[in-house]
Amino acid sequence: MAKVLVVTSGKGGVGKTTSTAALGAALAQRKQKVVVVDFDVGLRNLDLIMGAERRVVYDLIDVVQGEAKLAQALIRDKRLDNLSLLPASQTKDKDALTADGVAKVVGELREQFDWVICDSPAGIERGATLAMRHADVAVIVTNPEVSSVRDSDRIIGLLDSKTEKAEKGERIEKKLLLTRYDPARAARAEMLKIEDVLEILSIPLLGVIPESQEVLRASNLGTPVTLASPQSAPARAYAEAARRLGGETVTMSVISDKKSLFGRFFSRRAA
Amino acid sequence: MNAVAAAVRPRSSLRFRGRSFLALVLAPEPPLGDWLGEIDNLAQRSPGFFSSRPVILDLANLPVDRGSLGALIADLSARDVRIMGVEGVDPSILGPGMPPIVSGGRQTGNLDLIDTAPRAVQPVGGKKVQGQPVPIVPPRGAAPAQAPAQAQQQPTSLLLQNPVRSGQSVIFPQGDVTVLGSVASGAEVIAGGSVHVYGALRGRAIAGSVGNAQARIFCLRNEAELIAIDGLYQTAENMPAQYRGKPIQAWLQGDAILMAELH
Repeated sequence: MAKVLVVTSGKGGVGKTTSTAALGAALAQRKQKVVVVDFDVGLRNLDLIMGAERRVVYDLIDVVQGEAKLAQALIRDKRLDNLSLLPASQTKDKDALTADGVAKVVGELREQFDWVICDSPAGIERGATLAMRHADVAVIVTNPEVSSVRDSDRIIGLLDSKTEKAEKGERIEKKLLLTRYDPARAARAEMLKIEDVLEILSIPLLGVIPESQEVLRASNLGTPVTLASPQSAPARAYAEAARRLGGETVTMSVISDKKSLFGRFFSRRAA
Repeated sequence: MNAVAAAVRPRSSLRFRGRSFLALVLAPEPPLGDWLGEIDNLAQRSPGFFSSRPVILDLANLPVDRGSLGALIADLSARDVRIMGVEGVDPSILGPGMPPIVSGGRQTGNLDLIDTAPRAVQPVGGKKVQGQPVPIVPPRGAAPAQAPAQAQQQPTSLLLQNPVRSGQSVIFPQGDVTVLGSVASGAEVIAGGSVHVYGALRGRAIAGSVGNAQARIFCLRNEAELIAIDGLYQTAENMPAQYRGKPIQAWLQGDAILMAELH
């Protein structure tokens, strides 16, 4: 039974696309058939993060408008056989995305894949509501910071009212992915603590992705961080989140990059 | 008829308040002569029926221009019907001295016309006699008395089992609102009665929105952006610091919002 998952946040720049790519790759590594779909028409990024920008021919809008078949638009990942990308259009008008067209495409993807992961655009406009429309599960990406938390809360409200499941009277499964978390700064009250965010949003936690240089490095390489440096802290955190999505119970902890013994001994120099 | 709550700066003696009143809406239908005849009939059966009632003229079904509207208002005023507002016309046809345009009215069900002639003046508002609610509005003709029964069964409180999320607005002018969960920053709960939040209140709570100074606000944790009771408001900045993050209740005393910790 295919699952449609939307990665959403309301606020921009919190890590939706990074998380879509990382979770998609992590699920694919676990032998699931995965497609990641970029809904950010006009500002497409997922192809870059996936390193497929030079292979885009057709896109989501072409499929929605019937200009191309789904099979023509899907780009298979070079590293993982069972991971595909359906890119967004960078040039076409975002109004070309219609509710009926999206329903048809998502329906077709459901038949071919185990996981359909939709990368939502920022905002609460049509693009975002269309991306979440058919989702079974929503991953709400949030930074430990008040404006991000409030925007996530807004999105949760929309998930409970504007999705197909909500309109049928069912509840969409919502999970929190806290990204760019720095335990040391949270301890110094420079950012919100995990408990604070959970208390405000009151949805279950899918995972905590630590702030790390590795994420930016992987982006620039065009490789999901779970593939670029699988042993790094963010990659392990995403891999654990993917296992939780698969239904496994994994103990929750904030993963950090272990410093070497010397690094810890000589971390600060006395004046 | 529903007016929107407005508020003023604290410490100002000028105070604007929104209130909802029930108005009688008259919708004249052509031919106008016959319709005025009906009004005359009613006035004959119930003298003084219109004398103390606010009346809104709904002209959606009647093609009028400025001249004929003036004549209609004069005709009605000759029958002791005073028009306080006009609905359903282009504002440009209203001349000087005519009632203002109103809009945004909400349906409250058909207001049956009271036949006051055979009996003494009936109290308006459900007074209880021998524990039985008096039907305020006697049925007209053979129509069953459903309207008052329905009116009395309308819920006077609203229970929300889920948190109120940022951007959501809960408006319940009929009475109290109870939230089993938190009210997020950027969310608002507007109640005609009191607001009860079994969780953290981080957004706005507006109690007594239709003019009820007895309404109160209760929450298990006060982190409100704004609270208002009966049109008087207080922002987070002006709230006493000792009540932040505490379980509190807030109420109105004169022109001041008072708070106390709940124990």
